[in-house]
Amino acid sequence: MTEENAEKTPVEKTSTEAAGRATGLSRRGVLGAGGAGVLAGAALGAGLVSVARADDSAAPTYGGRIPFHGDHQAGIATPVQDRLHFAAFDVVTTDRARLVAMLREWTIAAEAMTAGRPAGRGAVGGNVLAPPDDTGEALGLDASRLTLTIGFGPSLFGRFGLEGRRPAALVDLPHFPGDRLDPARSGGDLCVQACADDPQVAVHAVRNLARIGFGVVSVRWSQLGFGKTSSTTPDAQTPRNMMGFKDGTENVPGTDAAQLDEHVWATAEDGADWMAGGSYLVARRIRMHIETWDRTGLREQEDIIGRDKGEGAPRGRQKERDKVILEAMKPDAHVRLAHPDTNGGAKILRRGYSFTDGTDGLGRLDAGLFFLAYQRNVTKGFVQIQKSLGADALNEYIQHVGSGVFAVPPGVAKGGFWGDTLFT
Amino acid sequence: MRSVPLLAVTGLLSVTALAACGGEDKPADPNALTITSTDTECEVSKTELAAGSNTFKILNKGTQVTEVYFYGPDGKIVSEKENIGPGTNYDITVSLSSGDQQIACKPGMVGDGIKQNIKVSGQASALDPRLTKAVADYRAYIDAQIADTMAKTQKFAESVKKGDVDGAKALYAQSRFGWESIEPVAEAFGDIDPKVDLREADLESGDTWSGWHKIEKALWVKKTTKGEEGTADQLLADLKTLQDQVHTVDITPASMANGAKELLDEVATGKITGEEEAFSHTDLVDFQANLDGAQKVFELLKPVVVEKDAALDKTLTDGFATLQTLLKKYDEGNGAKTSYDKVKPADRKELSDAVNALAEPLSKLAATVG
Repeated sequence: MTEENAEKTPVEKTSTEAAGRATGLSRRGVLGAGGAGVLAGAALGAGLVSVARADDSAAPTYGGRIPFHGDHQAGIATPVQDRLHFAAFDVVTTDRARLVAMLREWTIAAEAMTAGRPAGRGAVGGNVLAPPDDTGEALGLDASRLTLTIGFGPSLFGRFGLEGRRPAALVDLPHFPGDRLDPARSGGDLCVQACADDPQVAVHAVRNLARIGFGVVSVRWSQLGFGKTSSTTPDAQTPRNMMGFKDGTENVPGTDAAQLDEHVWATAEDGADWMAGGSYLVARRIRMHIETWDRTGLREQEDIIGRDKGEGAPRGRQKERDKVILEAMKPDAHVRLAHPDTNGGAKILRRGYSFTDGTDGLGRLDAGLFFLAYQRNVTKGFVQIQKSLGADALNEYIQHVGSGVFAVPPGVAKGGFWGDTLFT
Repeated sequence: MRSVPLLAVTGLLSVTALAACGGEDKPADPNALTITSTDTECEVSKTELAAGSNTFKILNKGTQVTEVYFYGPDGKIVSEKENIGPGTNYDITVSLSSGDQQIACKPGMVGDGIKQNIKVSGQASALDPRLTKAVADYRAYIDAQIADTMAKTQKFAESVKKGDVDGAKALYAQSRFGWESIEPVAEAFGDIDPKVDLREADLESGDTWSGWHKIEKALWVKKTTKGEEGTADQLLADLKTLQDQVHTVDITPASMANGAKELLDEVATGKITGEEEAFSHTDLVDFQANLDGAQKVFELLKPVVVEKDAALDKTLTDGFATLQTLLKKYDEGNGAKTSYDKVKPADRKELSDAVNALAEPLSKLAATVG
């Protein structure tokens, strides 16, 4: 916050920020309407029901709060926010107790930040000789639908007494033709997916977790995403990816409990009891060859994707949500090869984001899709579909350059902590 | 050193802390001290103050960006805050010592500004005797480190003046060791630090370059000592000035702790990146000196830390041990370390992680002993 901002938000009191944790006030708790704002905030909080429980009537509005606690972690079936900061961490300690203690600390910070409160004892108002617990750049911003979702990578399971706890479903991804994976953008013992409507809220969350984690974990790589490419709310407008096409029209809806149970949520019967209610995440950094794509004729672009560019209608149909006729598409069309009917019914919940990391040394846009997909079974989900996409006409314009696979544990109950089903 | 502080006010001067910005709408504390800076005036709400920690709210009611300086009874800058925009305010906490002194507002941030006389009386509350001892022991450590750096710089200068390039190269890193172990103290003297430790990349146009790094470049890039004889003499003279003046620095337990944190900051921003020793690549020797200097501070404060925050004590004890062990891997005998250009990116990341792991809890030390 700059001095100028302080002047422009005269109602906000920094002393309240500091007290936020103790009183349960949000970062914006007393903004605007003074005491009434607090009441409104409390009422909103009480009225929220986890969307993961298929109750979409209470879906939080833009900028609001998504409950941290629940049967499933938020950030999977909950509505997709606009922005992403995804971070993969290496565990640098050999001390299991320190790792568990950090996961508890992370959970407390995540509970606060997803509720729009600062981490720890806040960003201001504490001992002036000490650096503040919270880094402060989210002061005055609302909860912004922040969700924080943790996952555990395969490399974690050889240590900390976790040998034998690795779920069979957490497979190492095979090499796919065309992969050019950078080890510096791949793997990780832990991951945190931070999604929010305001990018500063997402970055703030990862920054504060990384800071809490110093000495226990170290950021291995991270990725910012600036625009959602998939929606988990079918009534929402389907977003477009960097190729200009609508992406994720037939995604698993976050409100469809039957589909989520079939394709997304793991059960104890799937091989690891601690993963019941969790899911498996595949993250891929997919670089797009933007310049060559932009030089491709419109008909060819539409043939490659299998939908028309304007409406998003499948080939041979009129409207975006008209039933797909696979046979109307070219044999190597992307949508055809990725479709459940081509893959034995395989479906994954996509939650990817467009990224642009400036330009590369050759003046080309370093842009693409940071693909995030949740599924109950990685082999039957992503691996099956990606094998099918080996013949994809789109491969000429994309390249997978980063990769990670993570077991995403079930949601946290009040009083519990991230990964408690694995570590206790 | 990384930058050229025109007015090097670091944690080791009497600056206790700077608070964040605050809104003017805060409920007015009747005892709060205010400094109102306008285009023509510098008004301090109370001009007779008690020694010790005082918090001021600086209000800029002028039309220009302003800055405020606190001068001690000896006329030296005790604290300062720059870039306070028109219509904004800033809270600053300053530790004042007894005597007549001045506060200056500088609307437009030029010139001597508008000065206001203040009278400070009394004594700051007595320190825990263990902390008094820690400060005294730290002063002795500073003196020893300066003596060490001067003795080794003397030999280094002799090699330079003899034209012995190899001899000078061998002595270069060790001549800096004592300096690097107490650098935040030296930075309190704003003019000495840039004279002895300025890097080429930090030169501004019109600056005259002097000090260790100028000779470093001559030795490693030009491969000669020619023309650096005067630089070597000047370096020794500047270190002598530091030795003569260092006893005037106000040292408190909190400023010691902040200095330790600053030493780790030096590592994190200058050594891990290999920027400090761009030609000699002796960064790891500086790293060792910074680490040893920070550890010395912690060990001196430890008796109080153990009592006030046993968990922090354990974290710091373990953190220093871990980083020392890691750094030992790069020992090449006689104080020499692996040339930093030979340290691979993955190993640099390992060092960086260990520095972050220690520096984060170390940042809590000042509040624990302050």
